[in-house]
Amino acid sequence: MLGELLTKDTVRLNVKVKNWEEAIRMGGQLLVQEDAVEQSYVEAMVRAVKELGPYIVIAPGFAMPHARAEDGVKKIAMSLLTLESPVAFGNPDNDPVAMVICLAAVDHTTHIKAMRELAVFLNDADKMRQIKSTREVNDILALIQV
Amino acid sequence: MNIVTVCGMGMGSSLVLKMNIDDILKQKGIKAEVEACDLGSLVGKVADLVVTTNELKSQVEDKGYNVAYVRSVIDKKALETIIMDAIGNLKK
Repeated sequence: MLGELLTKDTVRLNVKVKNWEEAIRMGGQLLVQEDAVEQSYVEAMVRAVKELGPYIVIAPGFAMPHARAEDGVKKIAMSLLTLESPVAFGNPDNDPVAMVICLAAVDHTTHIKAMRELAVFLNDADKMRQIKSTREVNDILALIQV
Repeated sequence: MNIVTVCGMGMGSSLVLKMNIDDILKQKGIKAEVEACDLGSLVGKVADLVVTTNELKSQVEDKGYNVAYVRSVIDKKALETIIMDAIGNLKK
């Protein structure tokens, strides 16, 4: 399922961003282009960090921005960015962030399968090392498919 | 045993935490109901143990629960140590 969500259209490598907000907006824009979310959802992801804090940085170097389904999700979707220069989200444990996966879920259950695959993927130290070093989207897609 | 994992929305880090804790407890042969929820829904839940990230400590610590905090929700090895310690402390 992860392989259906993360495609050449929703993965961008070594992108340049000035700060965490720009990173979320860029990842969010990919979801808008997929017609998976309204623009309001992108704003909601940014607002969530401002209001609830940078808890979306859920592991060292990795952020998973998301908001609520009612903030403008049309269908389940994910986008993946790797950052050319890591940026701080304000999370003392896990900054700086080098990889951002934006998540749009229609409810709390339908994305469980994709999240399970994502959790296994993120736990795979070898794959994570490869992702950080590769510059080819196709190489990343191959890593995700397996 | 009831374990509740918590994050801001109840579907991001709390869900990944729930899945990893489910796996760890299954491996250890410990029976537990693990539920993911958002910060707003936590109050009123019956939980032997609440698990969340360091980042949300200030919003969970004064709610009267036994809480275990993790740095990373995807580092299963670290998570296993934290969870097993927390469960061990519950039994004392």
